[in-house]
Amino acid sequence: MLKKLALAATLALAPVSGAYAAGATGEVTNYDFSFEGAFGTFDQAQLQRGLQVYTQVCSACHGMKYVPLRTLSAEDGPGMPEDQVRAYAEQFFEVYDDELEDFRPARPTDHFPENNAAGAPDLSMMAKARAGFHGPYGLGINQFFKGMGGPEYIASLLAGYTGEEKEEAGVILYENKAFPGGWISMAPPLYGDDVEYSDETEATIEQQSQDVAAFLMWAAEPKLMARKQAGFVGVVFLTVLSVLLYLTNKRLWAPVKARAKE
Amino acid sequence: MSGIPHDHYEPSTGGEKWLHSRLPIVGLLYDTLMIPTPKNLNWMWIWGIVLTFCLALQIITGVVLVMHYTPHVDLAFASVEHIMRNVNGGAMLRYLHMNGASLFFVAVYAHIFRGLYYGSYKAPREITWIIGMLIYLLMMGTAFMGYVLPWGQMSFWGATVITGLFGAIPFIGESIQTWLLGGPAVDNATLNRFFSLHYLLPFVIAGLVIVHIWAFHTTGNNNPTGVEVRRTSKADAEKDTLPFWPYFVIKDLFALAVILVVFFAVVGFMPNYLGHPDNYIEANPLVTPAHIVPEWYFLPFYAILRAFDGDVWVVIAANFLTGGIVDAKFFGVLAMFGAIVVMALVPWLDTSSVRSGRYRPMFKWWFWLFVVNFFVLMWVGAMPAEGIYPYIALIGSTYWFAYFLVILPLLGVLEKPLPQPDTIEEDFKAHYGKSSTNSGAPAATPAE
Repeated sequence: MLKKLALAATLALAPVSGAYAAGATGEVTNYDFSFEGAFGTFDQAQLQRGLQVYTQVCSACHGMKYVPLRTLSAEDGPGMPEDQVRAYAEQFFEVYDDELEDFRPARPTDHFPENNAAGAPDLSMMAKARAGFHGPYGLGINQFFKGMGGPEYIASLLAGYTGEEKEEAGVILYENKAFPGGWISMAPPLYGDDVEYSDETEATIEQQSQDVAAFLMWAAEPKLMARKQAGFVGVVFLTVLSVLLYLTNKRLWAPVKARAKE
Repeated sequence: MSGIPHDHYEPSTGGEKWLHSRLPIVGLLYDTLMIPTPKNLNWMWIWGIVLTFCLALQIITGVVLVMHYTPHVDLAFASVEHIMRNVNGGAMLRYLHMNGASLFFVAVYAHIFRGLYYGSYKAPREITWIIGMLIYLLMMGTAFMGYVLPWGQMSFWGATVITGLFGAIPFIGESIQTWLLGGPAVDNATLNRFFSLHYLLPFVIAGLVIVHIWAFHTTGNNNPTGVEVRRTSKADAEKDTLPFWPYFVIKDLFALAVILVVFFAVVGFMPNYLGHPDNYIEANPLVTPAHIVPEWYFLPFYAILRAFDGDVWVVIAANFLTGGIVDAKFFGVLAMFGAIVVMALVPWLDTSSVRSGRYRPMFKWWFWLFVVNFFVLMWVGAMPAEGIYPYIALIGSTYWFAYFLVILPLLGVLEKPLPQPDTIEEDFKAHYGKSSTNSGAPAATPAE
């Protein structure tokens, strides 16, 4: 219902906000993610698919230095068995060890490696460091109804290449509908079937984009599910407390208000 | 402590007498808690409790956060992520602290507007008002320095812009700025002193809160009618008041619980809504964010700061008259701090003899326009300083000053106030009693 209202409001405001936003932001699709809403939870299979995309595609240039590898076994995260995490860390990542003064295969206690090849930004908090939705007119209404839009922005960006490119001051820029300004220096990373999913999900560009966006949301906010639960418990508990205090207050004041009628 | 006649604590047992003759602390607590409170207080009188709760919440969550935080430019950002990922309940603690600051400011603005509408600043409560303004200033300083600690992009660039304001002071500005920063630019020395002060100032605020409470316990609470409690005898006073405990404690706790429902929903479901995404990017002195925007609670003053650019005639005049000493930047800084100074001086700028806005037909309109203007300024402070926005900011800033410096002094002379009830008891009866007892005093509406 809220979503429909928000959609109606968005459509009503579209002509103005579209014109206003033209220069500042790109087109961001409001994808449905499983972790949205008050009771949203991460989809473990999706996080694991996203991890696969991150490992086989993104990590070539990007790092994720704030995320410990061990958290891949988190129950309310990708939920991989611990021995699988150990094997995974060893197989795919190398870290520099100060004691060995050399690189060695990563262990679960290490973080994802840092990587800023070609100036690619770290992705640890990327899903919180970008806002996909704005306005209208700086009022924050869209973000209130749709969320900040970080994962939506990432998914839209990855699926937003038009195929056009141009050279500017020796740098090749690629046209992207979701990128503010329309031209991005990151080459299109996904072409479809870039990874082979073990759960036989078809690896379209859109599918891979959304999977990796969901994975990056988990990476940025690993305690999201615990937080929503705490929030829900808090709201329920405090609502009950409010009702009790309301009744107490009513009872307490009743004789005082009755006396005022005399 | 209070000037309103009421019962005082009498030690009854031997132990109580022993303690009371050495340290009358039970008596102090008793008199504080049992203070006679006007019985007609409406729902706008609940913000004090909310604010006290916020201060306690911020100090408690803050003290725990400090146990895991590292104040160093190379480690601060990572230590916050450590709190978010590894510390038990750390993510919740930090989101409570982050959004607790916002709740604090929601409450303080509601509290200030309450005071402005019902004339709570007028004699004999000027000291309460001034202490309140000092608390508000310290809150702004504390919140600003706290925002720097996670060492994100907005932390760094916000600190750069705001400390740059001091650089606008003629002649000595640059030295002051260097002294504040501990060096030529925002760096490790800045982060360390901000951390130190962010930990210190809440305790200064706590001290001032005690003085604030002490002051209004001496004068007695204001109330929606602005009519004073009768002090002619204890019996008269009791007709106008009820003891704070339990009547107002329970009422305030109910309001607090309702507000906390909303607060917990924000913390649980949208903890980053009031923040800025850029602060999840580590501070980088080499990359300036496209729009440097302060936290929402600073936006009205940020709008006033930016409103006075070099094209405004008063700025040109000030520049000319001072031989170029007051330039546009310094004028903006003076306007921003001046906006708070004129608000602090309102007890002497408001010339009306009537305290409550409820009985001031003209004042009401100007007051509500002031509230709307506050939100317009907040909105315009978040917009880029281009196109029509600087003009809106200029009109809004002008109204802010006009309200305090022109409208309030003149209204006291021009306005013909409505009849006020003789006593608080009369107002209470008019509201809760039979409609026939309504003696012309308008009933309190929720909108007030």
